[in-house]
Amino acid sequence: MSARWRGWRNALLLIAALLAIWQALYGWVGEAALASPLATLRYTVRMISSEDFAGHVYDTMRAFAIAFAFSVAIGLATGFWLGFQRVAGDTLEPMVVAVYAVPKLTLYPILLLAFGLGLSAKVAFGVIHGVIPIIVFTLSAVRNTKPILLKTGRVLGLSPGEMVRWILFPAAVPEIFTGLRVGFSLTLIGTLLAEMFASQRGLGYLLMTGIGLHNVEEILSVTLLIVVFAAVVSVLLLRIDHRLHRGAASGA
Amino acid sequence: MSRVGWYRLAIVLAALAALEALSLSGVIDRITMQAPHLIVRDFFRLIVSGRMNAAIVKTLRNTLLALSLALSVGVVAGVLLHRARGLRETLDPLFATYYAVPVFAFYPFFIVVFGLGDLPQILIGFMLGVVAMIVNTLNGLDRVPAVLLKTARSLKLSAAQTALRVTLPAAAPYIVTGVKLAVAYAFIGVIGSEFILSRGGIGYEISFSYTNFDNATMYPLIVLILLASIAINAGLSRWELSLLERRGLR
Repeated sequence: MSARWRGWRNALLLIAALLAIWQALYGWVGEAALASPLATLRYTVRMISSEDFAGHVYDTMRAFAIAFAFSVAIGLATGFWLGFQRVAGDTLEPMVVAVYAVPKLTLYPILLLAFGLGLSAKVAFGVIHGVIPIIVFTLSAVRNTKPILLKTGRVLGLSPGEMVRWILFPAAVPEIFTGLRVGFSLTLIGTLLAEMFASQRGLGYLLMTGIGLHNVEEILSVTLLIVVFAAVVSVLLLRIDHRLHRGAASGA
Repeated sequence: MSRVGWYRLAIVLAALAALEALSLSGVIDRITMQAPHLIVRDFFRLIVSGRMNAAIVKTLRNTLLALSLALSVGVVAGVLLHRARGLRETLDPLFATYYAVPVFAFYPFFIVVFGLGDLPQILIGFMLGVVAMIVNTLNGLDRVPAVLLKTARSLKLSAAQTALRVTLPAAAPYIVTGVKLAVAYAFIGVIGSEFILSRGGIGYEISFSYTNFDNATMYPLIVLILLASIAINAGLSRWELSLLERRGLR
């Protein structure tokens, strides 16, 4: 049995099992608390074809895209810097890791007060969630570059810029990509959470109105869409991730 | 204290001084944020007055419940899955994508099913923590050196003895990594869901004081959470590091 075929079979089995659990749960808790998978799917189709929906998706995706761009830029720059500068890295790494463990939702009021309602607060919230894993993974990738590679670079008389371009970056790509993958999902979570509290538009806002109106189908449909989007993208990223790591292992 | 420790302290102090200067000079206005020394004053007032005790106790209790659930279920599930190869392979994609899914999106559903009590918040904390525990338990069990298990077999240890004296100590550093993550996640889950919608707890009090422009309550509470989570994380990291060092893994 080939690995690829097994992967597909596992994914299908998992989806079938999750749907079965959902349906069983529906039978248990009843109409008021949960909509059946079929009803949710029907509602989802109707919601997607409604006029407002594209606007909400656009808003979420725009905030998310900007936030992710910031996370990547800040994360890579900081990660490379801290990876290079031993003392700065040793000093700041535990601090960065500590921030990761903080429930960032509680910082939301501060961000709102600082950025005001709207796009910039959403972006800032996405960035504080997503930037940390990118920093941490980049830092450790740069640090763990094999010394022989760096020595070769020095012998060849590379400038710092060339060193990053030709040695550090290629050597660190697999691990940096893992950081980007984790950063991607956390940025998405941050953006959605921000929308749930202080926004008039976007998928997070739809979720919040669903809660307010006790519209079970809407809550589930939005949740389903978010889950499917997050799962599909992260499976794709995971696949690239595995390929990069395998390539690195065989190439080294 | 080590040299980097001093650097760290200097950075924190410099940041605080900068905040203080910005607040006093009015660049950051009072409605946005109070000067750090005022936050410290309010912090002590809040603690001494004891009016947040109920909220603090509630949050801590729920976090502990979520955490102990996540730890026990996580370790047991990890051990069982380690045996059941086929099931583990099927669940692997779920574990790999789990943290890409915003678990908070399920919170409204839990409220509808279980009502607005403590249970939905505990469940969210549990759901966030348990997968980290499962994945790290599996990871730890995978890394138990085969030679140790062989030694256990040739010494004719019973299954229980092997588990207690060989497998557990060998997997411990990785399991502690899982505990560390689970603590952070349980905290994030409970406080986050309190913040979204609840009837009490620190997260609720922060969002309540925020909507009432009550900075004298909000900032001390945020500081309290920051200090607590950073302290717990630092303690567990130290434990993890010492276990790794004892195994010669670092």
